[in-house]
Amino acid sequence: MTNKITLPLTDETIAELHAGDSVLITGSMLTGRDAAHKRLFELIEQGKPLPVDISGEVIYYVGPAPAKPGHAVGPAGPTSSYRMDKYTPALLDRGLKGMIGKGARSNEVIESMKKNGVVYFAAIGGAAALISRSIKKIETLAYEDLGTEAIYRFYVEDFPAIVAIDSKGNSILAK
Amino acid sequence: MEIRKINADIITDAVKKLYMEMNYHIGEDILDALKNAENTEYSPIGKNVLAQLIENNKIAADEEVPICQDTGMAVLFVEYGERVIIENGSFEEAVQEGVRRAYIDGYLRKSVVDDPIFDRVNTKDNTPAIIYTTIVPGDKIKILAGCKGFGSENMSAVKMLTPSAGIDGVKSFILDTVRYAGPNPCPPIVVGIGIGGTFEKAAMLAKKATLRPIDTSNPNKRYAELEEELLSEINKMGFGPAGLGGNNTALGVNIEYFPTHIAGMPVAVNICCHAARHKETEI
Repeated sequence: MTNKITLPLTDETIAELHAGDSVLITGSMLTGRDAAHKRLFELIEQGKPLPVDISGEVIYYVGPAPAKPGHAVGPAGPTSSYRMDKYTPALLDRGLKGMIGKGARSNEVIESMKKNGVVYFAAIGGAAALISRSIKKIETLAYEDLGTEAIYRFYVEDFPAIVAIDSKGNSILAK
Repeated sequence: MEIRKINADIITDAVKKLYMEMNYHIGEDILDALKNAENTEYSPIGKNVLAQLIENNKIAADEEVPICQDTGMAVLFVEYGERVIIENGSFEEAVQEGVRRAYIDGYLRKSVVDDPIFDRVNTKDNTPAIIYTTIVPGDKIKILAGCKGFGSENMSAVKMLTPSAGIDGVKSFILDTVRYAGPNPCPPIVVGIGIGGTFEKAAMLAKKATLRPIDTSNPNKRYAELEEELLSEINKMGFGPAGLGGNNTALGVNIEYFPTHIAGMPVAVNICCHAARHKETEI
């Protein structure tokens, strides 16, 4: 069964999502991957303000391909999440409520997810052209100099994902 | 001995075409393997993932957009005929220009940074490409090109096994590497394996193995049987499509081997996602 959910995520919605649930996500989300995470993390460590308010947001680990004329965005599938693990607990402590990526997470991330009530969705790695059809509009929010690695806002309709690790720490990722 | 002159523009255009086509159009061997996996997959989620990957490949081909946003780093194996002379440029620059134009004109993602540790500034045209050239007899240039995404590249490994490790040691290292990669490299994966040679030769063989069509086997029967056995063992691991569980973790295992030193038995495992993009041409 597929649940339709809207962003921003409420604590009630997060509590109702269980590992293995298929979801179609509508609303707006942030994007960010390796280089943007490193910068955000360094600002947090230095006690400086972030260029984007991440509180209550969902972040999608993606570096989209360039958009062809007439397209909102190029193919935009998930990148491997574990590379963000080092930086993730600090972002969750700042109020990030959801993450979308692919692959496994560290125990530290899962513990932080349980503590902060956060959900981790898996999008299908490699289904980039298919996924991009659900992305209707994008804006650049920060770190434009990073190109594909900048922080964007994606406006999505029925973005397909699966709850990979829920806020209780249950996981469907095969070990 | 007759010399053949080839204009650098011909090389550039050929390389550009290879990169655009491999990124938009999935190989027939991979598409057949995905369809076969969809039929044999027991996990409902896994079956659904495979159906979405097949649909994704159709969208990419129809719209001529990349199959995956990670359009990779360009790697080319070239067999350069010794009677060829390049006119109006150099071979190296002609290839780099072809990659540059494919990634800029073809709306492919630029994923290369200039300095690996300190600056990490994007080169904005996906160059440099990595080119391995062998000089061969003749007046042709054969180019086998691939683009390698790093979700799977990061899961790859080389190990300097020694002879006493034997076939069991080889199998263990390969299976451990795939198990460690787990759900990260976009399964169902293609596993390229290089055995023998030296440290770097094993890795290059493994890369080349990922570029071989997966509906082919190593011509040596013992290695072909090892490919089959490893594929079967990997598919028992249970990672499944997208790592969400299932009996299709790999689409193919390709092994290439080479003579080695009396003291050694290097093994390299190059893991590739289910797209396994590659294309070849002869000029």
